[in-house]
Amino acid sequence: MTLLDLANPSRFLSLTARVLPWLAAATAILLAIGLYQSAMAPDDYQQGATVKIMFIHVPNAWLSMFVWGVMSVASLGTLVWRHPLADVAAKAAAPIGAAFTFLALVTGSLWGRPMWGTYWEWDARLTSVLVLFLMYLGLIALWRAVDDPSRAARAAAVLTLVGAINIPIIKFSVDWWNTLHQGASVLRMGGPTMDRSFLIPLLIMAVAFSLLFVTLHLAAMRNEILRRRVRSLQMMQASRIAFSSEVGTGSREENASKEIGAAE
Amino acid sequence: MSLGPYTSFITTSYALVAIVVLLLIVWIAIDYRTQKARLRELEASGISRRSGRGVSDF
Repeated sequence: MTLLDLANPSRFLSLTARVLPWLAAATAILLAIGLYQSAMAPDDYQQGATVKIMFIHVPNAWLSMFVWGVMSVASLGTLVWRHPLADVAAKAAAPIGAAFTFLALVTGSLWGRPMWGTYWEWDARLTSVLVLFLMYLGLIALWRAVDDPSRAARAAAVLTLVGAINIPIIKFSVDWWNTLHQGASVLRMGGPTMDRSFLIPLLIMAVAFSLLFVTLHLAAMRNEILRRRVRSLQMMQASRIAFSSEVGTGSREENASKEIGAAE
Repeated sequence: MSLGPYTSFITTSYALVAIVVLLLIVWIAIDYRTQKARLRELEASGISRRSGRGVSDF
């Protein structure tokens, strides 16, 4: 099945109906394994038990950027290839991305307090992630502000692609500026610097959260397609009512002229 | 498993993640039911798609 096959929303809906239960089950199983592994992971020699926050903070932080990446590809799909499901994908991903970004910020803050001595610091990494969160909120507001989804789609696509500049800034902020946040320890040249006892639970949780995103995203896309069908049917209903009232008015006028003619 | 002096930070983090993920799941599930109910209402009032596919197909 190609992307072109999925351009048909009905085909996409029947695919999601088949795939979603399996995805949900796989997500639940992986999350359970990941949470067990996280609970069993040893304390860090410097951070103690707070290292357990890493197993939820890092997947959320990765996904906050990954979801914007997905939205950027979808935006290209809207502007360049005009794929019918591209703006559906972008719109459906925004609230999920905002939730992951919020969780990355809050869990990072809760990890920062015992380790850095502060919940918040206006350094490059934290500030750029906060900007990402605000951009997600801005996009959601834009989608809600415009009634016609196809009109909102183009403006949202341009905004998403402009906002994609922030993703490399977030990723390399710890290298470009002197920040409180630690540098990359997994996705880096030369391989991970983390011990296997932390790396394995972290990777399992990252895959579990990625699957969670795919599951939620497909479900949200299905909802968005249904919402657009409701909208088009409501418009059909409104035009039928308008047409029948026009016909009614027309026949009343016709009757009135006949009555006038008869009276004359 | 002892979390030491940082128990509150760790448990709050995990609880928050659980709450937000659950809220997302519930929101998406409610939205799905709402859209299906609206489609059913419209079909019941005689408005249907050109393809003739009904809400029961999804």
